[in-house]
Amino acid sequence: MGSLLQVLFDALSLGSLYALGALGIALIFGVMRLVNFAHGDVIAACVFALLWPSVDAVAIIFAGNLPWYLLIPFLLAIGAALSVASEIVVFRRFRRANPATMMIASFALGFVIRYFLLMLFSSRPKSISLLPSLSQPVEILGARIPLLQLITIAVTMAVLFGLTTFLRRTRFGLEMRAAAENFTMARMLGVRANRVIMGAFALSGALAAAIALILGSQTGTANIMMGASVMLMAFIATVIGGMGSLAGAVLAGFLLGAIATVMQVILPPDARAFRDAFVYGAVILVLIFRPQGLLSARGTKERV
Amino acid sequence: MSDLIADKISVAFAGLRALSEVDLKVTSGQIVGLIGPNGAGKTTLVNVMTGFQPATSGSVSLEGQNLSGLKPHELRRRGVARTFQGGRLFRDLAVIDNLEVTGVGLGLSRAAAIAEAEAMLDWVGIAPLANLVAGALPYTDERRVAIGRALMGKPAFVLLDEPAAGMSATEAQDLSSLIRRIAGEMGCGVLLIEHNVGLVLDLCHHVVVLDSGVVIEAGDPATIRSSERVRHAYMGTAADTNLPVLEVME
Repeated sequence: MGSLLQVLFDALSLGSLYALGALGIALIFGVMRLVNFAHGDVIAACVFALLWPSVDAVAIIFAGNLPWYLLIPFLLAIGAALSVASEIVVFRRFRRANPATMMIASFALGFVIRYFLLMLFSSRPKSISLLPSLSQPVEILGARIPLLQLITIAVTMAVLFGLTTFLRRTRFGLEMRAAAENFTMARMLGVRANRVIMGAFALSGALAAAIALILGSQTGTANIMMGASVMLMAFIATVIGGMGSLAGAVLAGFLLGAIATVMQVILPPDARAFRDAFVYGAVILVLIFRPQGLLSARGTKERV
Repeated sequence: MSDLIADKISVAFAGLRALSEVDLKVTSGQIVGLIGPNGAGKTTLVNVMTGFQPATSGSVSLEGQNLSGLKPHELRRRGVARTFQGGRLFRDLAVIDNLEVTGVGLGLSRAAAIAEAEAMLDWVGIAPLANLVAGALPYTDERRVAIGRALMGKPAFVLLDEPAAGMSATEAQDLSSLIRRIAGEMGCGVLLIEHNVGLVLDLCHHVVVLDSGVVIEAGDPATIRSSERVRHAYMGTAADTNLPVLEVME
C-alpha cells in the first residue's frame, strides 16, 4: 500500500512538471503556431535568476535568499518578462513566417540564452539550497512522501484551476481561446492580436518560472542544461496531447509522468537506464494510433 | 438611410480577371440579392466589400466615405459585417462566447458584450443553445449563430454568404423570415449571396446577377425572372447544358 502510494505521488509530481511545461508550450503554439524550443532555456534562466552572476564554483545566492512570499512573485515576474522580451525582440519578426522558420528561430534564441548563462555563470552545475525546508518527508498511510512533492502537485493543481478560470471567466481569456482556435478569424473580429500574444508569452514564462522553482528545489542544483530535459518531455506531451490543445497537453504531461514512473518500477534493474527509450516507445505507439494527438485542437486543421 | 456602394470594382488574380468593373449598392433596410453561377465572383465581391481582399481597381464607400484599404475589423467597427460560407464559428467555444468575443472585439466591455450576446441569441431564436459548444451544433443552428455573431454591435450592413446552403425547404423558409426581420426590424442593409435563386427572388428588393466577374443583369425580381441573359448564364446554350442547373433549382 505504502509503496503503491509512493509510486502514485512520484507519477503525479513528475507528471505535474511535464504538464506545466507542456502547458507553457501549448499556450504559445495555440496563438501563433510557434513551437518554442527556447522554453527550456527560459526555465534554466529562471533558476539562475536566483543567483548572483559569477563563474565561481560556489553559487552566490541572490534572490534565492528572499522569503518565499517575495521569491515566488519575483521569479514568476522574471519568467514572464523574459518570455515577453523574447516575443518582442525575436518572435514578433516571424509572425508571418512558416512554423519551421519560427521553430528554428526559437532554437537560436535558446542557444543565445544558454550561452549567455554560460558566460555569466560557467557551465559547472552549482549547488543551491532553495527552500530547503521542503525536502523533509511527510508520512501518509505508511508512505514517506517528500513535502516538496505534495507542494508540487498542489501548486500544479492550483495553476491548472487558476488558468482554467482565467481562460473561462475573463475577457482576456475569452480572446485568447478564440485566438488559439482561429487566430486570423479572431483578428478579423477585432481581437487585439498583440495583447493576446504577449499575454500568452507572459503566462508561458510564468509557467517556466514555476517549473524552475520546483526543479531548483528538487535537484538542489543550478545547471544551464537543466531546462532541456523537461522541455523535451513537455514538447512530446504537447504533441501527443494534440498540438495547441491545452487540456490535451496537461493530460499527456501527466500520462508521460505516469509512464516514466511506472517504467522505473516495473523495468528490471538492468533495463532502467533505458527507461526513456521505453517512454518514447510508448509515445510512438500513441502517435501510431492517434496521429492527431489525444485531444486534437481543431484550429490546427482548419485555418482561414 | 445610408448606402454601401461598390463602385467599378475589379479584381485580378495572376492574370485571371475575377471581377471587372462591378457596381453594387446596398441601402439600409433593403435586401439586395447577389446571384450567379459557381465561380462568378460573388464571394470575391463580398471579400472586397468587407476588407478581406484588396480590389485591383475601384472603390467601396459607406455614406460617401471611401473605405478602401481598411482592414476587416475596422470595417466591422464602421458597421459592415459579414458571415462566411460554412459558418466559420469558433467551434471549441460555447455559442454565447462566439458572440461575446465579437462584442469584445468591437470594443464593448465584457459585461456589455455578454448582455448583448444574450439579447442577440434570443433575437435570432436560439437562446436555449447559449452554453452549447458551437462545434456540436446542427447545421441550421450553426448558421443562426453565425448570423447572430455578424449582427453583434448592430451593424448598418450585413453581407450573408450562402446562409441557406444545404438547408431543407422549411429550414430555408425560417431563414427567410429571419433575414426579413434583419432588414425590417433592425433596419440593416442586407446583401444576400445565395445559390437558391428562388429564395433570393422571393426575398430581395433588388437582385444583381454576376457571371464570370461581370454584372450581366440587375433589377427587381421580376426583371431577373424574365431576363434572357440570366437564363442563358444559368442554363447555357442547348449545346452546353452541363452547368449546375439542379443546384440552381434546389
